[in-house]
Amino acid sequence: MALVLSLAIGVLIGSGVWLLLRPRTYQVIIGLSLISYGVNLFIFSMGRPRVGAPPLLGSGGPVDPAAYTDPIPQALVLTAIVIGFATTALFLVVLLVSRGLTGSDHVDGREPR
Amino acid sequence: MMWSHHLLIAPILLPLVTGALLLLLDERRHVLKSLINLAATFALAVIAMRLLAFADVANAVPSVYLLGNWAAPFGIVLVLDRLSAMMLTLTAMLALASLVFALARWHRSGPHFHSLFQLLLMGLNGAFLTGDLFNLFVFFEVLLAASYGLVLHGSGIARVRAGMHYIAINLAGAALFLIGVSLIYGATGTLNMADLAARIATLADGDRALLEGGAAILGIAFLIKAGMWPLGLWLPATYTAAAAPVAAIFAILSKVGIYVILRLSLLLFGADAGASNGFGESWLLYGGLATMAFGAFGVLASQAMGRLNGFYILVSSGTLLAAIGTADVGVISGALFYMVSSTLTISVFFLLVELVERAQDPAADVLAVTREAYGDEDEEEEEDEVGVAIPATLAILGLCFTGCSLLLAGMPPLSGFIGKFALLNALFGIGEQMNSIPATTWLFAALLIFSGLSAMIAMMRAGIRTFWAPVEGVVPRVMLIEIVPVGFLLLLCVAMTVGGGPVMRYMDATAHALHAPSDYVHTVLGTRPVPRDKAGGH
Repeated sequence: MALVLSLAIGVLIGSGVWLLLRPRTYQVIIGLSLISYGVNLFIFSMGRPRVGAPPLLGSGGPVDPAAYTDPIPQALVLTAIVIGFATTALFLVVLLVSRGLTGSDHVDGREPR
Repeated sequence: MMWSHHLLIAPILLPLVTGALLLLLDERRHVLKSLINLAATFALAVIAMRLLAFADVANAVPSVYLLGNWAAPFGIVLVLDRLSAMMLTLTAMLALASLVFALARWHRSGPHFHSLFQLLLMGLNGAFLTGDLFNLFVFFEVLLAASYGLVLHGSGIARVRAGMHYIAINLAGAALFLIGVSLIYGATGTLNMADLAARIATLADGDRALLEGGAAILGIAFLIKAGMWPLGLWLPATYTAAAAPVAAIFAILSKVGIYVILRLSLLLFGADAGASNGFGESWLLYGGLATMAFGAFGVLASQAMGRLNGFYILVSSGTLLAAIGTADVGVISGALFYMVSSTLTISVFFLLVELVERAQDPAADVLAVTREAYGDEDEEEEEDEVGVAIPATLAILGLCFTGCSLLLAGMPPLSGFIGKFALLNALFGIGEQMNSIPATTWLFAALLIFSGLSAMIAMMRAGIRTFWAPVEGVVPRVMLIEIVPVGFLLLLCVAMTVGGGPVMRYMDATAHALHAPSDYVHTVLGTRPVPRDKAGGH
């Protein structure tokens, strides 16, 4: 699973960075979204994820922490998803405003000559 | 637990509640909105001053506020020490000045100015108070989201274009922030700053590499904010495009990056860090020096005054980063004085530029500089200059401009000089201890003086162009409440000069506390929750 996870993170961030460096605003926003997906998976992977282990403790009795997965990265991912989604939505608005004001979807607001 | 202890969370709650309340009011009731905003900002300033007095007692330990009454490192803590109290006060002062300035007319040139302004303050205060890395991320995003709105305030193509670059850069920066934070968590299993500092010395070698990699990536996110060369190329354009009161409060934004780097590098990689001691210092030193040089040339090359100020932010950031890179108590204490003084200066200059340039054609500046470069083709006819009085508005603006120039260039008698003098004195003080002055110290000192000189030249050029030889002699229309905040911030700089002794003593105490992180660590980790039966009564 570690291999699949790291491949997924690598592909997401790699294509995100490539898109981020493109000149069209739409490519930039898709790039940023892909990067944030990659980053979210990365945070998740930093909790040393395991298959079939719950993140929540059951009630009663002494518990063995080794049988559970780390819940903190999952909580962090939730926060990061919400914040990333909100800021990307905000960027989308600015992108549309820029398109309306300048009549161009180039990141500099005008076509290169 | 005294009630005044709860004052610690007020700088976060007050702007949050005010910002939310202002959202509910209709946009047309701007007088009411202005009054609420002004009252809240004034209350914030009072609270910040109170906290400053609270933090500045002899042998003060940091005050710790346990959110939800959970002890660190399991819960999130707010920590108030001298450094954060100072930053809170600085923020409140800048906020007061730029808000009063905005009330003259800027606040009506776009929706939700007041809410965004309060939310920005909430993010700033939270970032200065928090003792937890992930919580820092949240407050960072709050202040960034508010700043995205504010940078677009007033609209227009230039703002939208600059704002788009600003948002894209900061979203990428946020991704780096998260990668850094999660690497640090993966290596150490904690995100509480004090707990991190306690664990670093005993890390295994493999984890240490991971931690240092995480800290480096995290550092890049803050260096983007602080504008270290080559990560700060976006900064002058964005700050120039923003509306004047927005740019004035943004002066503190680049200092948030500096604050976090200062806090984390001394807390995590200080003397108690074992093998990680001094990690990243040389990067900060050389990066800072490069930023200073780049900023100084930018200041010289700028044609418009707003852009000049934008590049001066880079000079200021570069000086501070290089000073942090030396990791010396004396240098840091000088740097703290310099930071407060230069932030006030940058802020007041953004306000002043808008007033001075109000009556001018934006193209006139460019024209004037081009004329200087290629020589005047048409010698203007000598007019009868006897008895031409300078209008009172221009005289006042000119006086403020002179004050700004002295501050920017670091000339005596104002506080810019004291800051630079303290820095230089401490820099050569290290050399005397070692009996030889290293080359980087000479370079640092030379750049410090060169950046002052370049600011002086650029300001003289701009001043002559604006006040003595304007292309069109139009007197700007300036309202009283616009000149008052300018005067207020300049007076703060004068007060820092007159009260240089006590201020410098405070900075010294701050620098010493930063270099002894064990106090911070023990206080944060040693704070126990309030027992349940007593907790209800407050």
